[in-house]
Amino acid sequence: MGNVLAFCEFGDGALKASALSNLTFARAAAAAHGGEVIALLVGAGAAAAGPAAARYAGKVVTVEHGDLAAYLAETYAPVVARLAGDHGATVVTATATAVGKDLLPRVAALLDAGMASDISRLDGATQFTRPILAGNAYAQIEVTTPVICVTVRQSEFPQAEELGAAGEVVAADAGAVDALGARIDRVESQKSDRPELTSAKVVVSGGRGMQSGDNFKVLEELADLLGAAMGASRAATDAGMVPADWQVGQTGKIVAPNLYIAVAISGAIQHLAGMKGSKTIVAINKDPEAPIFQVADYGVVTTWEKAIPELVEEIKKLKASR
Amino acid sequence: MKILVPIKRVPDPELKVKIKDGAIDLSGASWVVNTFDEYAVETALRLRENAESGESHGEVVVVTIGPEDAAQQLRSALAMGADRAIRVDGEDRALDARVVAAALARVIEAEKPDLVVMGKQAVDGDANQVGQMLAGRLGWPQATFAATVELAADKGSLTVGREVDTGVEYKVVNLPAVLTVDLRVVAPTSVKNNITPASHSYGTGEGGPRYASLKGIMAAKKKPMEQKSLSDLGVDAAPAIKELGVFLPPARAAGQKVADIPTLVQKLADEAKAL
Ligand SMILES: Cc1cc2nc3c(=O)[nH]c(=O)nc-3n(C[C@H](O)[C@H](O)[C@@H](O)COP(=O)(O)OP(=O)(O)OC[C@H]3O[C@@H](n4cnc5c(N)ncnc54)[C@H](O)[C@@H]3O)c2cc1C
Ligand SMILES: Cc1cc2nc3c(=O)[nH]c(=O)nc-3n(C[C@H](O)[C@H](O)[C@H](O)COP(=O)(O)OP(=O)(O)OC[C@H]3O[C@@H](n4cnc5c(N)ncnc54)[C@H](O)[C@@H]3O)c2cc1C
Repeated sequence: MGNVLAFCEFGDGALKASALSNLTFARAAAAAHGGEVIALLVGAGAAAAGPAAARYAGKVVTVEHGDLAAYLAETYAPVVARLAGDHGATVVTATATAVGKDLLPRVAALLDAGMASDISRLDGATQFTRPILAGNAYAQIEVTTPVICVTVRQSEFPQAEELGAAGEVVAADAGAVDALGARIDRVESQKSDRPELTSAKVVVSGGRGMQSGDNFKVLEELADLLGAAMGASRAATDAGMVPADWQVGQTGKIVAPNLYIAVAISGAIQHLAGMKGSKTIVAINKDPEAPIFQVADYGVVTTWEKAIPELVEEIKKLKASR
Repeated sequence: MKILVPIKRVPDPELKVKIKDGAIDLSGASWVVNTFDEYAVETALRLRENAESGESHGEVVVVTIGPEDAAQQLRSALAMGADRAIRVDGEDRALDARVVAAALARVIEAEKPDLVVMGKQAVDGDANQVGQMLAGRLGWPQATFAATVELAADKGSLTVGREVDTGVEYKVVNLPAVLTVDLRVVAPTSVKNNITPASHSYGTGEGGPRYASLKGIMAAKKKPMEQKSLSDLGVDAAPAIKELGVFLPPARAAGQKVADIPTLVQKLADEAKAL
């Protein structure tokens, strides 16, 4: 018997899509442990987002404190670890986002818990399946500590549905907050109106063959026509053509949209690791031998210069005919 | 400044994965330094040297927990320029991230480094845990997934550019701290130490870790390598992760090449129902 403490990221008064995937896992884990799901919201705006979160979890705990406004592993980990104890959690979980990956192992250290990272499946109360070796194999593992920490791969768990009745929301104390001198100096980000890469239904990605950031504009036009998020290979992000947070792959973001369009990307294993769970994969590449064609459902051997404007026109025609 | 770099050996990631009796078949494996740990060694070397005068300051100590053969990967790091190595004897299968973090914590208590630099993840287990666990255990600040690192002139803190989901976050941590590095940390101007002139560029293009020179390889043979056991360190933790089995992912059904863009759009709409 034990509860599941689910660390949930939120913004603008609502849970993020990544948190809803975490709650799907948390519900299954709670059933396996004979306990309940407790959604934990920490940081500025937590209390305001509480009621929205309560549509998805029977119990919501919010923690707000001036020194917890922005995420820091140093200040958040002790809060999560303490609340795990207070609420009788045998499983502590987060989505494997940049925050989840940074936070949960630190929580595990404070709880002396074993941890399963980036899991793709729950196989039993203490058994999990997770990708290893850049997704070239899957391992089934068992974690034997009394408390288990888990991060879940967002693309493998659907978003949780709302519950019939809203759960209760309680505020918890922050306790003593000590950042150990760590602080965020600044965050550089490019605001975008496109959907989030990790939850988008369609992703358009470009690689080294695009040659410059300017050339990505044609891909962005295609993306906007499809309501897609933009992605890229490491070669394109390393070359500074596009922002680093567009990188898809083993060390970038893991995506599994309905439709993934890979343009001028060769298909290195590290890139495939991030997108081969997509439902339909399209590859456009001028090299007929490019490995991307081995995973693509539909491949066109041509240059992007020729293909993309034509693709935009054809899709416009299709839309007009509907 | 003393920098400790934990490194792990991994089966060469360029080689195809084989599975035998429900486990990864490592019988013919060729072992290499985990890619991100090679980047960590490079980062540590950049942090302590003057790349233009060739002088180096402080000490870089590499440590692995692994079997006797793992000494080779320590030698590779020594050949790149690290000064000294420690191997803690341990079979790969008897370890998990918790045990590794516990052992590293003991090494750190003895060595008292100013900074620990490590890979963000091992490219075999892909766990991405040890650095954060170690920092948590030690009660040190952590800066994970570093793409850029700048050491303050007074050597008391780092400003670390971290690749997060929404962009790049610049986090300041006081030393001692744990730093885990991401791919782009080896780009030509990613690491600044206020010793090497800020205008210096390590190579061109995407950069990369330095190669060991012949001289470096010769020198590495004479550099000290200490050996310890987990019990010397007082670590008796048993792994909490049991591997039940390994399997290959289902192969994707073979796709098709289509002649032109109108055919592609028609198939995406009618066959795949993706438009
Ligand atoms: C199929 C399989 C699945 C596994 N799943 C898990 C799991 O989910 N959770 C878990 O805790 N363990 C797991 N293990 C054990 C795990 O592979 C390693 O034994 C454990 O050391 C840490 O995981 P990692 O190597 O992926 O390290 P990561 O946390 O990815 O490594 C990060 C960094 O830690 C340092 N480091 C890691 N290992 C060593 C070492 N031996 N010596 C020196 N420095 C090191 C390196 O700097 C490395 O870059 C699994 C093992 C197998 C075979
Ligand atoms: C530890 C590690 C981790 C990594 N993690 C990642 C990761 O997370 N994500 C990732 O993507 N990579 C990752 N990589 C890098 C990966 O190995 C490849 O180097 C990278 O994916 C290559 O990017 P690319 O396909 O854009 O470039 P290339 O391999 O250079 O391919 C460019 C392609 O463009 C085609 N092309 C050129 N011109 C045109 C044109 N005009 N029209 C159409 N096609 C054209 C070419 O035929 C070629 O196939 C990692 C590598 C390492 C070592």
